[in-house]
Amino acid sequence: MLTEIRIAGFGGQGVILATHILGRAASVHEGRFATMTQSYGPEARGGAASASLIVSDEPILFPYVTHPDILVVMSQEAYTRFTPEARPGGFLLVEEDLVRLDRKAQGLRIYGIPATRFAEELGKKMVLNVIMTGFLCAITGAISIEAARRSVADSVPARFRDLNLQAFDKGVQYGQELLVRGPQVLENSEELVLEGDV
Amino acid sequence: MTHADPRCVLTGTHFINGDAACCEGALAAGARFAAGYPITPSTEIVERFAARAPEVGGLFIQMEDEIASSIAIQGMVWAGQKAFTVTSGPGFSLMMEHIGFAAMTETPVVFVDVQRGGPSTGLPTLPSQGDMMQARFGSHGDYAIIALSPNSPQECFDLTVKAFNLAEEFRVPVMLMMDECVGHMTERVVIPPAEQIPVYPRRHTKKPPGEFRLFEPGEDLVPDMAHAGEGYKVYVTGLTHDERGYPSLSPAAQKKLVFRLFEKIRRAADRLVMVESDQLEGAEVVVVSYGITSRVALRAVQMARAKGIRVGTLRLICVWPFPEKLIRELAPKVKALVMPELNMGQVVLELERCAGGQCRVISVPHAGGTVHDPAEILAAIERGAQ
Repeated sequence: MLTEIRIAGFGGQGVILATHILGRAASVHEGRFATMTQSYGPEARGGAASASLIVSDEPILFPYVTHPDILVVMSQEAYTRFTPEARPGGFLLVEEDLVRLDRKAQGLRIYGIPATRFAEELGKKMVLNVIMTGFLCAITGAISIEAARRSVADSVPARFRDLNLQAFDKGVQYGQELLVRGPQVLENSEELVLEGDV
Repeated sequence: MTHADPRCVLTGTHFINGDAACCEGALAAGARFAAGYPITPSTEIVERFAARAPEVGGLFIQMEDEIASSIAIQGMVWAGQKAFTVTSGPGFSLMMEHIGFAAMTETPVVFVDVQRGGPSTGLPTLPSQGDMMQARFGSHGDYAIIALSPNSPQECFDLTVKAFNLAEEFRVPVMLMMDECVGHMTERVVIPPAEQIPVYPRRHTKKPPGEFRLFEPGEDLVPDMAHAGEGYKVYVTGLTHDERGYPSLSPAAQKKLVFRLFEKIRRAADRLVMVESDQLEGAEVVVVSYGITSRVALRAVQMARAKGIRVGTLRLICVWPFPEKLIRELAPKVKALVMPELNMGQVVLELERCAGGQCRVISVPHAGGTVHDPAEILAAIERGAQ
């Protein structure tokens, strides 16, 4: 089983760390194989930042993600740029306050989360990426919640550990609630207003 | 062989990129000095070394350029430490003069080249394997070197240790030919306990200063070493020299020295072969590759096998010296050798030479900037099987 994951947003949202946490969880804590790559081009500065991760039970040969099974987008630009590459029927996880969906998202299993708002409620906007990792684990099951939680704990500075674990748990909890309701699937309408949106 | 100093070894299971793993390999191998002029995509190696080295009494100096970096490290070696520099294509070109100096003066030193697209400044953040011939032949004059090619962050660690050990054993500059893809790729890297990491110590002479000649070869054609400031006569010159190290500008001295510089590597060539092979027995086509390309090639091989083609793989971990004997034995047994490289066809020239017309040799060139589409390699395998 091989899963391609891409996490994208804008610089400063912590997409690299989020991807690193998941990769570390899979390879160090689950003992599976994980290969992470990231975009180093000039476009990584200020604009769309993205990182990619392949998780597999077998050694990974081809290093790059081509059609992600799981696409996480945390900015409109990232959504616009990367959604066309998503594998049909794959997961599209969106920061729902920052992304407006259109027909590009058709055929994907969409789950939205107001991660930035949740992060602000926890007192630090920075942890939105960790909320997203918890959300991803809960929704997709690609990486176990247990392994990812351990990876969060050993990836962040000690003084922010509790905060980050709270953030992770928040993402997991919201994901599990949403999972019960099932994905939003965008059929013919041009736009979709996700539940929770005003 | 001794083993690594536990203070410098980050034993454990990590999720780090190839550049970081290379730095940890250098520290484990005993490197205590790096000089460099940081350049993408190699920067992270010395960035990490600059942070880590002081913890173990080491030092990084950011030099004014690559020319200075490539000679500063050699000064440090002759002062008694293990040293290396890291660069990418444009800097590697500038280092050529001093790679020749290291070969001529038999200075054990490691050059890490994290290859990016070229020529010139090319593609700073994207991979290539375009410096493979330059690694072998880039400096003027005739000399031999050793070049290793890792295909994962784990191997960036393992082969960096190996590079230092080979440099010490053979007293040659050793090239670690990484590429942007393995350098920036993050994967699991297991760093063993220090006592499981063999380290080749400096071949320091046991003779007293009066009896020691700086370039007098041992039985393996490699001379023992003494450092400046220890009371020995340490005369190190790029000029053709005699066994004392003094300039000796005659055809006879030139012949003696240059033949030995070649012969010490050639004689050990069988021992230096480092390959990984699979299903060579009965193969109609063998895909020969190295570095990141070997992983992409393996995907193509799986696709070809699924189509019923008998395909073997041969991965060169040590590219220079080239496994000549192995290829001479393999070529008559197969229909074709297929060699994908992230360059316009470099090492394939050596493959073709060694195959000696005994089978078809099919190059799968690539201009660099990304890795091959496995379908391109598959097409070459299918052509070779016809």
